[in-house]
Order: sequence, then structure tokens, then C-alpha cells
Amino acid sequence: MLREILDTFLQFLRTFGAMVLFFVRVSWYSPAVFFRRFPLVIKQVYNAGALSIVIIMVSGLFVGGVLALQAYSNLERFNAEDTTGIFAGFALIKEIGPVITALLFAGRAGTALASEIGLMKATDQLSAMEMMAVDPLRYVVIPRFLGGVISMPILTAVFTTVGLAGAHIVAVEWLGVDVGAYWQQLQQALDMEDVLEGIYKSIVFGVIASLLAVWEGYNAIPTAEGVGRATTRTVVITAIAVLIFDFMITAAVSLR
Amino acid sequence: MQQTRTMELGTGLFVLLGIGALFFLTTQTTGQNDFDADETFEVQARFENIGSLKTRAPVSMSGVTIGRVTDIRFDPVSLEAVVTFVIDSKYDQIPDDSDASILTAGLLGSQYIGLQPGGSSFSLEQGSEILYTQSAIVLENIIGKFLVGGRPEGDDE
Repeated sequence: MLREILDTFLQFLRTFGAMVLFFVRVSWYSPAVFFRRFPLVIKQVYNAGALSIVIIMVSGLFVGGVLALQAYSNLERFNAEDTTGIFAGFALIKEIGPVITALLFAGRAGTALASEIGLMKATDQLSAMEMMAVDPLRYVVIPRFLGGVISMPILTAVFTTVGLAGAHIVAVEWLGVDVGAYWQQLQQALDMEDVLEGIYKSIVFGVIASLLAVWEGYNAIPTAEGVGRATTRTVVITAIAVLIFDFMITAAVSLR
Repeated sequence: MQQTRTMELGTGLFVLLGIGALFFLTTQTTGQNDFDADETFEVQARFENIGSLKTRAPVSMSGVTIGRVTDIRFDPVSLEAVVTFVIDSKYDQIPDDSDASILTAGLLGSQYIGLQPGGSSFSLEQGSEILYTQSAIVLENIIGKFLVGGRPEGDDE
């Protein structure tokens, strides 16, 4: 019994250590790959970012709208409907924008990355590359990692902007909050620091989500079942990691 | 070839959209009570109680922002708060007996310093001190008085 627990713990420690080493290797080669294999990176920005834009924009619109609805119906009780903008703006820019974008990214792009790399492994394409003295890490993994890291802040900014537009539509056009009060209160309440916090978060989440996706794909068991499992694990682990890191960053920033 | 073009077009559009969104977020959603004057002069004022006034709070006259609070200290000798703020050098004809009060934007909004003009023929300049000040109205104190006293001050019969 004790033996088993110890074994599980050691196994976890080994996986974690391997992941950290993998991350160090990926970051170490990243600058060189970025400059020398730029077209490959661009291709992955397209795959991870540009192809996710529709889901991001549609989700953003509705998330912004629901935030405004919730804020309005609660603030109305205190006759403070005008502050709907503050509520929606703060929530979108600092928390919901980065977090939901990261979760959607894990679902849309993370799974694609993991299954693509996993499938390459299952069909021995990665081994073939190694045979030809082409490093699959530098050719396959890192461009995908960089593509994700570059895409995340952009996707987050688009999500937040569209979310604010959605909140505007619901609050101003639909519920009748005064447009001047809405934007003026929002602008008064938000500082550059708040916007920057959202951007920092999106960069951190971009690294986490992309790293976990390529890690799971690269270490998938090379069978159809293994690839499927790697895809599932990508979403689950990314969601947990993003939410934990979100809490830690928010705590660090607000307790400063 | 066709595929490369679509990809390039898509990526370009994507990045452009992102830059546009970032631009919007950084310029349109953040504080608009911007005050950037090239030349300013520093003025001090002492308050009994500054409430929740913070540095970077606006200083306004007739509702127009003409300056910004740069420093808030506590003077251990006179037991007062010393607020330092800068005023745009364009406004160099403010009478030096103007009075400063700490006001609240709206019922629960942020606090700022409002200046009311005096009648002196001398103007405020670098290093002046505003002598007539009015402390912040602390809502809790008023509510406390109201609850305990039951009757507003000066309403004795």
C-alpha cells in the first residue's frame, strides 16, 4: 500500500521533472527557431491563431453580453446601472478575457496540436525525421509552441474587445444604460495597469497552453488510443493549470 | 500557391485584428482624465482629513482638470496631511487666496481636489501654499453623527 503510493509519487515527480526539462529545451531553442524558421512559425500562427478567431469572437460577444446582463440586473437594485460598464470592463479585461480565451484555445488549438504531433509520432514520422538527422523538436514542436505563444495575446485582445462590444450592445442598446455614463465610468475606473495585467496573463497562459499541448502530443503513446488520451489530457491539464496560475497571478498582483 | 496566399492573408488579417484590439484596449478603456502638460508648477495645501484621496487624482477648477496630485504626506508636527499637486503652467493667473476642497465625483466616486477662485490680485506660482482648505467629507462620519446624534448640527431648538 505504502509502496504503491510512493511509486505513484515518484512517477509523478518523474513526469513533472521531464516536463520541466522539456520546457527548458524548448525555450532554449526557441529564439533560434524563431529567426531561422520564421515561415514555419507563421504557418503555426495561422493554424493556432487565425483559425481560432471565429470561435473566439462569437464566444466573446456572448460572454460580454451575459456579463452586462448579470451586472445590470444586480446593480439595478441599487440604482447603479451606470456602473455596468465598470463591472463588465474589469471582469473582461482582468479575468474572464484571458482565462476563457485560454480555455477555448486549449479546446480549439491545443487539441489540434496534441493530436497532430501525437499522430506524427504514431505514424513514425518523428522517427523518420530523426533518421534523416532532422531534429523533430526544432522542426515540429517548437514552431507549434511559438505559434501558440504568439497567438494567445492576440486572441485575448480580440476576445476582450469583442466582449466589451457585446456588453455595450446589451447594456446600452438593449437595457438602456446611458452610453456616455457607461464608457466614462469604465474609463475612469480602469487603469493602464489593469490592461497590462490582462496582457501579462495572456502571455503566461499562452506559454502554459502551448507547452502542455506539444508536451502531451510529443509524449503520447504511439497508438490511436494513446493519441486520443493525449488530446483529452491536454484540455484537462491546461484548464487546471490555467485556473491555478490565474489565481496565483491575481493574488500576486492584488496583494502587492 | 493558392493555399499559401490564403494562409498569408489569414495570418495578416489575424495579426492586424490583434493589433487593432490591443490599440483599442490600451487607449479607449483606460483613464481619460489624462493630464499631460509640458510645464507645470507645484502647489501645496494642508488638509485636516483627505479622505481617500490618492496620488494622480485630478485637480480641477470649474470642472476642468488643470492639474494632478503628485504627493501626499503626513506632517507629524502640525498633524495635518500635506498634499502636493502640480498645475499646468498655462493657468498662471489663479488667485493665491483660492480655496481647495476635496470633493467626490458622484456619490461614491473617486475623490479629487476642486479649486474655487478667490479675489486676490496675486496668483499662485511655484511653491505657493493654499491656505484655505476644506477637508474631505467622510460619509461614515456623517452617518455616524446621524445615527448617534439623531439631529443634524445647528438644528437645536
